Amino acid sequence: MAYPADFKYTKEHEWLKVDGTTGTIGITDHAQNSLGDIVFVELPKVGSEITAGQTFGSVESVKAVSDLYAPVSGTVTEINEALNTTPEDVNKDAHAAWMIKVTLKDPAEAAKLMSAADYESFAAAESSH
Amino acid sequence: MVDFSGWDMPVEYPKHGGLMKEHLAVRTGVGVFDVSHMGDIRIHGPQALAAVQHITMNDASKLSIGQCQYSAMLYPQGTFVDDVIVHKMGEDDYLLVINAGTREKDVNWVVENTKAFDCQVEHLSDAYTQIAIQGPKGAATLQKLTDADLSKVKFYWFTYGTVCGLPNTLIARTGYTAEDGFEIYVPSDEATSARVWNEVMQAGEEFGIVPCGLGSRNTLRLEGALSLYGHEISESINVWEAHLDRFLKLDKGDFVGREALEKAKPGGITRTLVALESIERGIPRDGYKVLDLHGHEIGCVTSGSYAPFLKKNIALAYVPTEFAPLDTEVAVEIRNQPVKCKVVPIPFYKRPKKQS
Repeated sequence: MAYPADFKYTKEHEWLKVDGTTGTIGITDHAQNSLGDIVFVELPKVGSEITAGQTFGSVESVKAVSDLYAPVSGTVTEINEALNTTPEDVNKDAHAAWMIKVTLKDPAEAAKLMSAADYESFAAAESSH
Repeated sequence: MVDFSGWDMPVEYPKHGGLMKEHLAVRTGVGVFDVSHMGDIRIHGPQALAAVQHITMNDASKLSIGQCQYSAMLYPQGTFVDDVIVHKMGEDDYLLVINAGTREKDVNWVVENTKAFDCQVEHLSDAYTQIAIQGPKGAATLQKLTDADLSKVKFYWFTYGTVCGLPNTLIARTGYTAEDGFEIYVPSDEATSARVWNEVMQAGEEFGIVPCGLGSRNTLRLEGALSLYGHEISESINVWEAHLDRFLKLDKGDFVGREALEKAKPGGITRTLVALESIERGIPRDGYKVLDLHGHEIGCVTSGSYAPFLKKNIALAYVPTEFAPLDTEVAVEIRNQPVKCKVVPIPFYKRPKKQS
């Protein structure tokens, strides 16, 4: 699956889409593929603060638990409630199945993240281990 | 691939659909597992029965030739060396199928504890590739590859037949999935093993067969509440606690562990294995703490997962006996949060009674 060029990516396999001061966050196709069948997603409450590099929730497949790391800092404005009942949406289309939306604390933080091309090489190198 | 006691084994086969699909295939159709990591010990000779009786807790004298039984080898204190399946191959000839992780320990223990008997102990683990063909369509799949009449082989019995052209192959109606199925033992050379595997895959194609890895092996056995060494049973857990006393035959005569278990009657235990189901959101997993509803730690989850067929979050755990009654509410600590669970009957899943 192609990595959208207008997203930014983390080494922990989250994606960030910036729209003005709003950031939308999810996990990458590579991440969902490594996790396998996703059966549980735990997200923060609306109104809570997330901090770049810190965990903000978790995603679980049958075989593993994986922390979600915030690509940027901000305040959670919305969560994707549908994932409570249909977490498998993340397997079907990881780049459409967003997890949270935040109001960015510092839009400059996004610039430090990887581009789609950089992430693609990063993910490929990781899978070849 | 993961390292499993020195074996390079797949957790799942993503190209065939992955863990969830593998699990469901075994419940509704058929799946195939490479379980060559399981170990095999043959005990034969004039006093083989006496030796097997001495080192296992079930009553092997009740077995007919061609029959197997679930059993366990115990330490003198009544805790587990390993669980085993004992196959009666002939008069004074038994095959014990043991776990991979405990193989060396088991073999040494068997050799040590059968010294006083006139019998021979052979370690055959590396001689066989063990392939498990599991699920309601397991029999139909394997029947295409063998001249043995599988309809005559009852659950926990075995026979010999030509399988994929290999004469005299051991075919046992056993498994670790809480489903009907077979385990076959073929020569372990790579070419033969690969050929048999591929023929099984072809034979099962019409039933949607998928190769299954360690992940679904674990979730399938967990739904059936089948014990796993190092989790529900270990050298520090005794037979009463582990809920396996239906396989314990105290009246069969003396055996290692008997005396301690007789003293530690079930009424005397302080902790017991229970089956839990989450009633709040959260998946209990191996090693998580079990709490009472006031937040005090009372026990530990030994195995926990999302259950793909039951579509519930389930766990096996050890708790003090006062928490064992059905519907008792406890909590499992998941990422520092208590998640409520209730005690449910063991096992979580029982396969439907056979139609035919």
